[in-house]
Amino acid sequence: MKSFNYHAPKDVKDASKLASSNSAFLAGGMTTIPSMKLGLASYKDVIDIKNIKKLSGIKVSGKSVTIGATTKHAEVAASKDVKKAIPALAKLAGNIGDAQVRNRGTIGGSISNNDPSACYPSACMALNAVIHTNKRKIDADKFFTGMFETALKSGELVEAVEFEIPEKADYQKHPNPASRYAIIGVFVAKHKKDVNVAVTGAKSCVYIDQDLSKKLSSNFSVSAIEGMEVKSSGMNSDMHASAEYRANLVSLYAKKAVEAC
Amino acid sequence: MASLVGSRVERKEDTRFLQGKGRYTADINIANQTYAVFVRSPHARAKIKSVDTSKALKSSGVVGVLTGKEIAEDKIGGLIAGWAIRSEDGSEMKVPANPPLAKDVANFVGEPVAVVFAETLDEAKEGAEKVKVDYKVLKAVVDPAEAMKSDAIHDGVDKNLCYDWLLGDRKAVDEAFAKADKIIKVDLINNRLVPNAMEPRACVVDYNTASEEITLYTTSQNPHLSRLVMSAFGGVAPENKLRVVAPDVGGGFGSKINVYNEEIVCSWASKKIERPIKWVAERTESFLTDTHGRDHVTHAELAVTNDGKFLGFKNETIANLGAYARVFGTVTPTYLFGPCATGVYVIPAAYSNVKAVYTNTAPVDAYRGAGRPEATYTIERLVEKAALELGIDKTEIRMKNFPTQFPFKQTLVHTVDSGDYVAGLEKAKQMADYKGFEARRKKSEANGKLRGIGVSSYFEACGIAPSAAVMSLGCGVGLWESAEVRFNPTGQISVFTGAHSHGQSHDTTFAQIAADELGVPMENIDVVHGDTDKGTFGMGTYGSRSLTVGGIAIVNACKKIVAKGKRVAAKMLEVNEDEIEFKDGEFVALKSNKKKTIGEVAFACYLPGQRDEMKSPIPEGDEPGLIESSFFDPANFSFPAGSHICEVEIDPDTGNVKVEKYTAVDDFGRIVNPMIVEGQVHGGIAQGIGQALHENTQYDETGQLMTASYMDYTMPRADNFPEFNLGFTCTHATSNPLGVKGCGEAGAIASPPTVMNAVIDALGGQEISMPATAEKVWKACKAMKKSNAKAA
Repeated sequence: MKSFNYHAPKDVKDASKLASSNSAFLAGGMTTIPSMKLGLASYKDVIDIKNIKKLSGIKVSGKSVTIGATTKHAEVAASKDVKKAIPALAKLAGNIGDAQVRNRGTIGGSISNNDPSACYPSACMALNAVIHTNKRKIDADKFFTGMFETALKSGELVEAVEFEIPEKADYQKHPNPASRYAIIGVFVAKHKKDVNVAVTGAKSCVYIDQDLSKKLSSNFSVSAIEGMEVKSSGMNSDMHASAEYRANLVSLYAKKAVEAC
Repeated sequence: MASLVGSRVERKEDTRFLQGKGRYTADINIANQTYAVFVRSPHARAKIKSVDTSKALKSSGVVGVLTGKEIAEDKIGGLIAGWAIRSEDGSEMKVPANPPLAKDVANFVGEPVAVVFAETLDEAKEGAEKVKVDYKVLKAVVDPAEAMKSDAIHDGVDKNLCYDWLLGDRKAVDEAFAKADKIIKVDLINNRLVPNAMEPRACVVDYNTASEEITLYTTSQNPHLSRLVMSAFGGVAPENKLRVVAPDVGGGFGSKINVYNEEIVCSWASKKIERPIKWVAERTESFLTDTHGRDHVTHAELAVTNDGKFLGFKNETIANLGAYARVFGTVTPTYLFGPCATGVYVIPAAYSNVKAVYTNTAPVDAYRGAGRPEATYTIERLVEKAALELGIDKTEIRMKNFPTQFPFKQTLVHTVDSGDYVAGLEKAKQMADYKGFEARRKKSEANGKLRGIGVSSYFEACGIAPSAAVMSLGCGVGLWESAEVRFNPTGQISVFTGAHSHGQSHDTTFAQIAADELGVPMENIDVVHGDTDKGTFGMGTYGSRSLTVGGIAIVNACKKIVAKGKRVAAKMLEVNEDEIEFKDGEFVALKSNKKKTIGEVAFACYLPGQRDEMKSPIPEGDEPGLIESSFFDPANFSFPAGSHICEVEIDPDTGNVKVEKYTAVDDFGRIVNPMIVEGQVHGGIAQGIGQALHENTQYDETGQLMTASYMDYTMPRADNFPEFNLGFTCTHATSNPLGVKGCGEAGAIASPPTVMNAVIDALGGQEISMPATAEKVWKACKAMKKSNAKAA
């Protein structure tokens, strides 16, 4: 690992000031630290945001659940409030990585990194999340812009993620047997007006499967999507899974999720 | 006194391991040490045009940079193949030079080209980045079957063929096949595995400028052998100036048998730069450069009669050696594989033909089971397929071909001293509720799942011996083992063994054995291993040999202690030696019932006299002291055997395979510590399930390792396993006085075919290759649906 300056600011303003084109915000460090250790990334300044109190915690209102950026997966998984308001979200958090990852990894880190196989982005998409940054509020569908890419600008820091509480929701994942990231993950959320089926792992970036969402919006049942073919075009094909297999899993796990709702 | 051998004694070593007090090579630091980082080839095959070290030498903290040129100038020898194999045509195998630092050509990704020493690890890394190597990239040879049609990687190795070896009688096999009702055929791939010991390789070297002695701390399964090789072939230092210490070692599985480039280079360099050196592999380096396992392509045939009798067996295998031939690299696919490929069956005619080829991949060597998992996979796939094609129950066809008389002269090479294969399979059937399978299958079917059952009966040849036999087959060393039992004056005992424990629990089991022999509490006994300055000599631990060879050396040394003790006690008690009986740690004069404890005798051996009287307890012709050693060379291999039964359930929608039940019945002869043996079986089965369902080493066509981290290489985990259902049968080995057989590898040998047979059974006999990953199985399920639909 290359040498770097370590900063541990106490508030967001200071953190933001320290940021440059050669810096990284550090939360759980689940991706940043291995990347630095492997020499894949190096920074002049590493800005540890874990000491910024305001960035951690879970708030539930009548309509939404807001989770602070440095809240750990284990905290989300164990939260009674989350379990009551959006059980699928607690379930998702409880199945990320392993116990060590869940006790260090954070929601802000996960969505800022936007790994195409990460679980949280699918929840953001399906639950019409609003990403609160130190500069603005960004809708989830505008936030995830491509593989490991987001709408975040230099110095911009995720502060919290606000999820809309759905009527029903479920998350189903087919984990990569090696890394336990999602080979595919499907988040189905039934809101008052419509249904969102968000898919992670299948393509270069999380997306809403419009066909499945539309069908389920008009008839929220397994039978509504039975026999519906999910097209494999544009899906990832690698040594872990072919596009064809991924497509099969998306349709299968969408059904499983609807069934579990 | 109750016997300790046979009881579930808790592991002595657990206290230090569980409390984080283990002392591994990476825990060792020497004042003034430098840190080594190796510059490795990023290409699978490339000419090294030049190596420019000038910028690295100027880099902050860098103490020295060495390359293949310097090591060649100093005439330091390379890595070796420990076993000479002859081809069918009588020619010797072709072994290319394997220099510790590549000078002219690099032959696999990760091969070391240069090394940088610096004051800190970061500075060494920084320096390594500044070493500029100019490569001319050449087309890599990756696929073993293609290798024989490709350009020669090594000068003088035509068709990349190390040898084309034959064991058995082709003519007899042809005749047997001509008489057969049916020929069963399989084409198999035995997937390449990365051993993945929990502790990565490491070395710390300290050169003493005054004594000119090099001390090498290293992650080795066999420190004495490392010293021998580095001295005799490496020319690093004479044996008396080279001390090799293998302290706590966190797993080996065969990958720590070899003397590797890094140990040779650091030992040589420590003398050159006159500084201690520390090197610890990162996990990626382990993936790239630890010797890998398996990697066979096999076509095999079994000639059978309609009523299921086996007549003949053919085995045509291509074994991938990787870029170089290493210590057991050449014997693993020959003598450790070929003879065992006929399995536990009476097969009148058989041959195994193995072509070993070089490719631009990491060297392949012994990995838990070494050759015998590949052999068992070959025969047990054939047998299972024969049962299916002949419509005979899979256990019945096995029983039909088991030998019933022991010793059993197996078709190729081995005479198996003892066993009862029928009893093992019967017990496994009972424990697995074999009869109830059909009901369970129907239940799975009702839930939309496919359930399959697989059986594998195996034997294996481990504790390779005797030395004269193995050396006649080309082995470069004898495979005996040594022990020294040192009875200290105040009654504690140090047992030195040439075996090495890196997970095998020798501290406990060897102490149990010695305690029984000497009649003392095992708390009084310390087992000492892993240091060439402490033990006399030893061949180390691999091939399930520690107990059957090393353990017996301990027994024999203890017997010598008792024999001398008897003579001394007789003199002390003023009776004839033949009037003394040794029991429970006491020498008893039978007539008078007077006694001396073994502790009193030991004390007398060291302090042989008393005040006011000229009287020695040491008989004439004996010397003071109570230290005895033994070199044990067994009369034969040991032949553990057994039957395993596995049930899997497949979800046809995802292709996920769940191991529902796993039953293993093994015959390890007499068992020293059932708890530790069960642990060995658990670990072996876990690795075998890993091979069957999860682990898959993949190189791309340019020779880049695609699965070089845990993000991509699937290690099996606890949630991949059911609770293992273990049972034992027992026939004592006749080749050693304890009647013990090796148990370290059996699980990994038996389980891959057991699991695959179950998967293939669930798929209605549809063949599928290892690892049976979810996608592969899903595709097979789709194909099965289609063919079922057609049939309907």
